[in-house]
Amino acid sequence: MSKRIDVSDLNVYYGDFRAVEDVNITLDAKSVTAFIGPSGCGKSTFLRTLNRMHEVIPGARVEGKVLLDGDNLYGDGVDPVTVRSQIGMVFQRPNPFPTMSIRDNVLAGVKLNNRRISRSDADELVEGSLRGANLWNEVKDRLEKPGSGLSGGQQQRLCIARAIAVSPDVILMDEPCSALDPISTLAIEDLINELKDEYTVVIVTHNMQQAARVSDKTAFFNIAGTGKPGKLIEFAETATIFNNPREKSTEDYVSGRFG
Amino acid sequence: MATLMTERKRSALTRGRLPKYTPYVIAASSVVVAAALMALIGFHVFGWAVLSAVLFATANVVSSALVEGRRKATDKLATSLVVGAFLVALLPLVSVIWTVWVNGVPGLLTPGFLSTSMNGVTGAVDNASVKDGTPVLGGVYHALVGSILITLWATLISVPVGLLTAIYLVEYSAGNRFSKVITFLVDVMTGIPSIVAGLFAAAFFAMILGPGTKTGFVAAVALSVLMIPVVVRSSEEMLKIVPNELREAAYALGVRKWRTILKVVIPTAISGIASGVTLAIARVIGETAPLLVTAGFATTINMNVFAGWMSSLPTFIYTQIMTPTSPSNADPSTQRAWAAALLLIILVMLLNLGARLVARLFAPKTGR
Repeated sequence: MSKRIDVSDLNVYYGDFRAVEDVNITLDAKSVTAFIGPSGCGKSTFLRTLNRMHEVIPGARVEGKVLLDGDNLYGDGVDPVTVRSQIGMVFQRPNPFPTMSIRDNVLAGVKLNNRRISRSDADELVEGSLRGANLWNEVKDRLEKPGSGLSGGQQQRLCIARAIAVSPDVILMDEPCSALDPISTLAIEDLINELKDEYTVVIVTHNMQQAARVSDKTAFFNIAGTGKPGKLIEFAETATIFNNPREKSTEDYVSGRFG
Repeated sequence: MATLMTERKRSALTRGRLPKYTPYVIAASSVVVAAALMALIGFHVFGWAVLSAVLFATANVVSSALVEGRRKATDKLATSLVVGAFLVALLPLVSVIWTVWVNGVPGLLTPGFLSTSMNGVTGAVDNASVKDGTPVLGGVYHALVGSILITLWATLISVPVGLLTAIYLVEYSAGNRFSKVITFLVDVMTGIPSIVAGLFAAAFFAMILGPGTKTGFVAAVALSVLMIPVVVRSSEEMLKIVPNELREAAYALGVRKWRTILKVVIPTAISGIASGVTLAIARVIGETAPLLVTAGFATTINMNVFAGWMSSLPTFIYTQIMTPTSPSNADPSTQRAWAAALLLIILVMLLNLGARLVARLFAPKTGR
């Protein structure tokens, strides 16, 4: 399953400080959208508002609408827990649960919510999710070993397996490769290409080549200066953003002339 | 084409160095000189050791300053100070353990010491055993049972209260004013003199159950007043060091906050929490003052914490020393007191070892 996201007039505040200003964007189902831009421009903040993870940060609040196939995430009575079970997230640093085995990490979404699952269903889910994350062949013989014993790249793929095990509609990735070496990065990028057949994928990255390699559309965020809110400058097909951008600042940024 | 350079005899990269055997020579001569000096003013083993150490440190630093230069000399001075401070800190500890060991072992090894109470052991019995040279009768069974039961109940009260407080402070309060007040009060509670905790419990139960209520449970309440702040503090620190990323990872899977705390945060921190609790137990098991005013003294076995007076190891030691069972022959009582003291130290040591074991047992597993 895969759903589209429509964002209209979204503002994000940390207390009184406006961190992101007036974002309007549509993220298509079954596609990969990349967010690029300099540090502090609000792309990670914006990404977090797409599954209400910003609410974990004290003082963070949102104005505007985010529609998941027409349902407003910020509507009255919407439970953030429901939102997050439909929109999964992968973080910058791999963060498998240190107390759990590889198998339990994959099943975390099920087990932590105390949902009953039969042994055979669990086995199927573990294998399916790990295959989905291209990790099955590497870990199938040590499923009962702790997840923290894996390499960084494997841990990150384990986190992706964990995220897809709860069968979300959308997967958000916040710089998923920034802590990884080029080979692990390649593995994750291949995976992203496969994931888009089934999920809507949104990825924040500092690596412009990565955005160019994996994404269908790219959004460029920028900030006018410190203390100013981040803005969505340009959103278009990835090829357009990198070869023929409309805005001068986009061109400066993707060509490396920026700051 | 580069040619290999031969190594120079005297490297330009080194400075003057003392020969390797210098410290031993200095040590030997300072011991001798110290002995000579002590002989002049009256010999004393302790003074001899201290003087030798001071002489050794001084000579070592001075010789190093003369030959090796300022940096090495400073290094040796700092090393001497650190080692000296360590020995000073170690001295009372070793002395206490040694004294208790020497005085306590005979009593502890007396048959029946661990399995009998003081029931029926009177001054006449002690007098007889001294006169006939038979083993001392009577034991600590009642006090051991009392200590364990009282501490167990104190733990049962303190751990839920303390752990839940810590969870509120770390996970829910977000640093609001209420949490600052709690933190402040917990800090104040840490500093409460233990007798005040005892008086609080005694007064509280006197109010609701009538004056003179002395039971093991009252003592457990008094101990938990002392224990709760320790549990709150240690659990709070342990919960704080659980990485936020783990909480976020759980939230992002659509897990509710309380489940995240219960199934991710606490399991990750459990080893630290458990060892903190064990150390808190070790801390209160030796408390004497609050038990004197809350549990009373008993010479018989009482397994019920809710009724009747109860003995405990610290109060047993206190009463045996202060009011010997036989006023004319205090030796059997003194022997029992030392043995009980040794037993208490062994218990505390076992609890500390237990804390380490628990920490290792619950620690997140690594390995491939």
